[in-house]
Amino acid sequence: MNEMLIIMKSELLITIIIFLLLFIKLGKGMTNDSLLILVQFLMLLNFIAGFFFNLPGNLFDGMYHTGPLIAFQKNILNLGVYLISLLFADWFRKSEHLTEFFILLLSALLGMFLMISSGNLLMFFLSLELATIPVAALANFDLDKKKSSEAAMKFILSSAFSSGILLFGISMVYGATGTLSFELLPAQLNGNPLQVLAFVFLFAAFAFKLSIVPFHLWTADVYEGSPVAVTAFLSVISKGSVSFIFLTALYKVFQPMNELWYNMVMILSIATMITGNLFALRQQNIKRFLAFSSIAQLGFILVGISSNALEGTSSVVYFVLIYVFSNLAAFGVTSVISSRVGKENIDEYRGLYQTNPFLCWVMALALFSLAGIPPTAGFFGKLFLLTAGASKANYTFIIIAALNMILSLYYYLKVIRAMFMEKNEKPIEKIRLYPSVKLGMVICAIGIILTGLLSWVFDYIQSLH
Amino acid sequence: MPNVTYITLIPLLPMAGFIMLGIFGRKYFKNTSGIIGTVLLLISTMLAIHTAYGYFFEYGKLDGIYQKMIPLHYTWLEFSKGVSIDMGIILDPISVMMLVVVTFVSLMVHIYSLSYMKGEERFPTYYAFLGLFSFSMLGLVLSSNIFQIYIFWELVGVSSFLLIGYYYNKPNAVAACKKAFIVTRFADVGFLIGILILSFYAGTLDFNLLIQKLTSPEASEFKNAVTTSFLGLSGLTWGLILVFIGGAGKSAMFPLHIWLPDAMEGPTPVSALIHAATMVVAGVFLVARLFPVFSMSTTALNLISYVGIISALIAAIIACTQTDIKRILAFSTMSQIGFMMFALGVSGFGGENGIGFTASLFHLFTHALFKALLFLCAGTVIHYIHSNEVKDMGGLRKYLPITHISFLIACLSIAGIPPFSGFFSKEEILLAAFQHNIIIYFAALITSGLTAFYIFRLYFHIFWNKPAIVKSDHKREGGLSMILPLILLSIGAAVAGFIPFGHFVSSDGSTLENTLHIEFSIAPVILGLTGIFAAMWLYLKQNNRPQKIAASMSVLYNIVYRKFYIDELYLFVTKKILFKLVGRPAAWFDKNIVDGLVNLTGNATEYISNKIKVVQSGKVQQYAMYFLFGIIGLAVLFIYIWK
Repeated sequence: MNEMLIIMKSELLITIIIFLLLFIKLGKGMTNDSLLILVQFLMLLNFIAGFFFNLPGNLFDGMYHTGPLIAFQKNILNLGVYLISLLFADWFRKSEHLTEFFILLLSALLGMFLMISSGNLLMFFLSLELATIPVAALANFDLDKKKSSEAAMKFILSSAFSSGILLFGISMVYGATGTLSFELLPAQLNGNPLQVLAFVFLFAAFAFKLSIVPFHLWTADVYEGSPVAVTAFLSVISKGSVSFIFLTALYKVFQPMNELWYNMVMILSIATMITGNLFALRQQNIKRFLAFSSIAQLGFILVGISSNALEGTSSVVYFVLIYVFSNLAAFGVTSVISSRVGKENIDEYRGLYQTNPFLCWVMALALFSLAGIPPTAGFFGKLFLLTAGASKANYTFIIIAALNMILSLYYYLKVIRAMFMEKNEKPIEKIRLYPSVKLGMVICAIGIILTGLLSWVFDYIQSLH
Repeated sequence: MPNVTYITLIPLLPMAGFIMLGIFGRKYFKNTSGIIGTVLLLISTMLAIHTAYGYFFEYGKLDGIYQKMIPLHYTWLEFSKGVSIDMGIILDPISVMMLVVVTFVSLMVHIYSLSYMKGEERFPTYYAFLGLFSFSMLGLVLSSNIFQIYIFWELVGVSSFLLIGYYYNKPNAVAACKKAFIVTRFADVGFLIGILILSFYAGTLDFNLLIQKLTSPEASEFKNAVTTSFLGLSGLTWGLILVFIGGAGKSAMFPLHIWLPDAMEGPTPVSALIHAATMVVAGVFLVARLFPVFSMSTTALNLISYVGIISALIAAIIACTQTDIKRILAFSTMSQIGFMMFALGVSGFGGENGIGFTASLFHLFTHALFKALLFLCAGTVIHYIHSNEVKDMGGLRKYLPITHISFLIACLSIAGIPPFSGFFSKEEILLAAFQHNIIIYFAALITSGLTAFYIFRLYFHIFWNKPAIVKSDHKREGGLSMILPLILLSIGAAVAGFIPFGHFVSSDGSTLENTLHIEFSIAPVILGLTGIFAAMWLYLKQNNRPQKIAASMSVLYNIVYRKFYIDELYLFVTKKILFKLVGRPAAWFDKNIVDGLVNLTGNATEYISNKIKVVQSGKVQQYAMYFLFGIIGLAVLFIYIWK
């Protein structure tokens, strides 16, 4: 019994925090400022606790399982949520229902934890729903904006559709194999048409969550309409968690069909990178720009996934860690500017360096990292994704991926050029940052620089496998 | 062998200083940054001396031979099994010796700059850059593999660039830093290709393995490297020559020396550190580091010898005619490095044959001391007079007594007068040249006579010649922080020659006895004294003899004064030939073809993304439809077509 509590430690901690927040809400409630400090503190503790007492084990007849790598993946998500609680303080302070916001956010996180740990398709489905539905509510949190409601509506409708597809796929899997357990499934898979069809359905559901072309169309609208904190959560934490379970699904469960999924991943990866880049090129709104660029980044994650289990897993986990730092930093800067000054257009960022050099440097670091320019961590992340992908010796694919990297350079540098080099008569005025925002940005900046240069980070991730 | 992890602190402390002062300096350490930088470097210096003591006297020797040790090794980027870029620290006599030289001279410069640079607006930035330079240079000498040395090599170049251009609002300084960067960068291309060739043949980047594989005649790697030939030279020779070109660029060897005189636009203490004692000898260090491999190729060694002696000779000749105090010293540096280079070129490997190797590094060691001293003295003089031109100086011996004595010691040392340090190292170089190549020996003899002449010409110009005319408002010789380094370096320059250098540094690690041949020393010493007396005759008192002599051979004088028109030659080649024949067509190609292609891609992308934007309509029901099409498409593709 005690052991079980320790094995499910991550989930239990989150649950405790959720209940604590609920009680606060039911009681007198707190001011936004003190609540925010409490949440930041709790999330920091939760992140630190994530390093200790990690027991591997199987629970509930294999419905739930965990191990060192899964614990590490969960802790990356913890780190991401902690950074979110720091970085978006501007928006949080203005928010009317902050307690509910965090309750929903943490519920989604709980769902993601259970999803990463799931050992059965049913469990996977349930936790995926838990990870999705609260986010739809979160997307609606800019209560006075119509776009926010529209985003929430679009998200919930598309998600419902994708859940339907997923359930359909799961029922076909059950029909074709007679089991839903991750452990028993591989032995039953032989690649007959029914199984292929079932796999395509499951795959589509994953692709929907990961915003992979052509299942990505909801992404831009939802990202643009939601509050920036939610967009960041969706594009980093949610994507990260789904790619982790995607790794398990492909390498452990559907390994017997790996030729099939290799081709599928490759085609969709190319399509995703190209589409993401093409759309990112012409965006003027910085949130939409980041949305499409993150679609292109997901295409890159697929390059790593197309590899074999060991290299694929470590390179993807490593990349997600870097992605947490880089993308959250970029969204953090965006959020500060949009909630203080209300400016979201790339043109309005011109001359930012004259007035806000710190924000500018953080943004530049983040974009350099996203573009994969050495010596930022993003370079190493992409390097390892590419080398992992190259292990299948399909060089056309790798060259296309590398070309896309160059293409993406163009639009990332466009933003940097606007900020640093272009003159502006009326640049965004000087912004005084909240200490927590500054802390969050410094953590991200350090992460962006050090995660790449310290090679033991990657070695450590490899050793977890 | 004891735990020596602390060695990493030697380069990392200055680096910490760079980060701290670079980021927070201008805000929080406006006045204290000098002290912070100096204290950090003081700790580094003490650690370096501790390391040197430990290595030379405690654990460095095995069976009487100094070992090449790699106490720390760290695989930095592993691309795949066996192919990795490593970071490591190598301890062998030359790296330990360089460690001491670099930290000591750097410390002197740090202390000296406390007063010299006081009141500069970008004072913290200056110390930050000094920290960056010290870090890079220390990293360079400790590098255990050739790729690592290349990284630090470039970092050294960058910090030199930053420091030369420190007075960024002086157009001359900006032009000089660009020139230095471009010329050395150009040479570094050779270095990089050389690295690639050597590591390609050896199959490794690691120095120890590389040397092992490329020097043992029976190894297949060696055979491969020697038997392939390109344009009449073996692969090994090509690799070595290209590496040497990189070294020649950094060490300002003819004909890549043109950046060094201009680099004097930087602050004078920087010239003392970078352009006299440390960075410019990186080329010598590089050749010494790979010396066992160099000794396998006579062609490469001969090239080094001739490049070295030509540089030494022409730099000495040019130095006789210059009038800018720092430029004279710059040409003198180039000339002295030429000495070190040809000493390596005439050296053999192992035992008594390796006398040139020992002599070269011995000269590097003593030169670092007396040349840094010369530059710092020049700094004090410039500080006092507010001019670089020798014609503005004269009679300063009464006003700057300590500087005067220090400068005299340094001059006697560089002129090779016993018992000052330069005498011992130069004797050894001449001996090595004498044993190996008589032409080089005579050229070197003439050069050392010229050296005595030009350096005493400078000395008499500054301290004697005419009565002092400038009444400066400065305190005479600056504070203690400007005097202390002069005194310490003077002591070094005076007595360093008595160190039995061969006991510590030799080509193969064994002990080499210093032998002093009295009868052999007579010629150079007499030549040196002649040079001094000639300088005295011409410059001790103000007279018109120098003008007369210059006028009597005005054509020759002008050619030398204009530094043999080498700069003009470069300008002609780059501006008239390269820019016109290569630059213009390239510009046309860039404008019309490359830009055209880029624009075409841009337009095409724009066109396509306009066409497909209808997909992104904002209608959820359409999204669901595409979703479904996607599934059906995938299912059909993978069930029916791509089985």
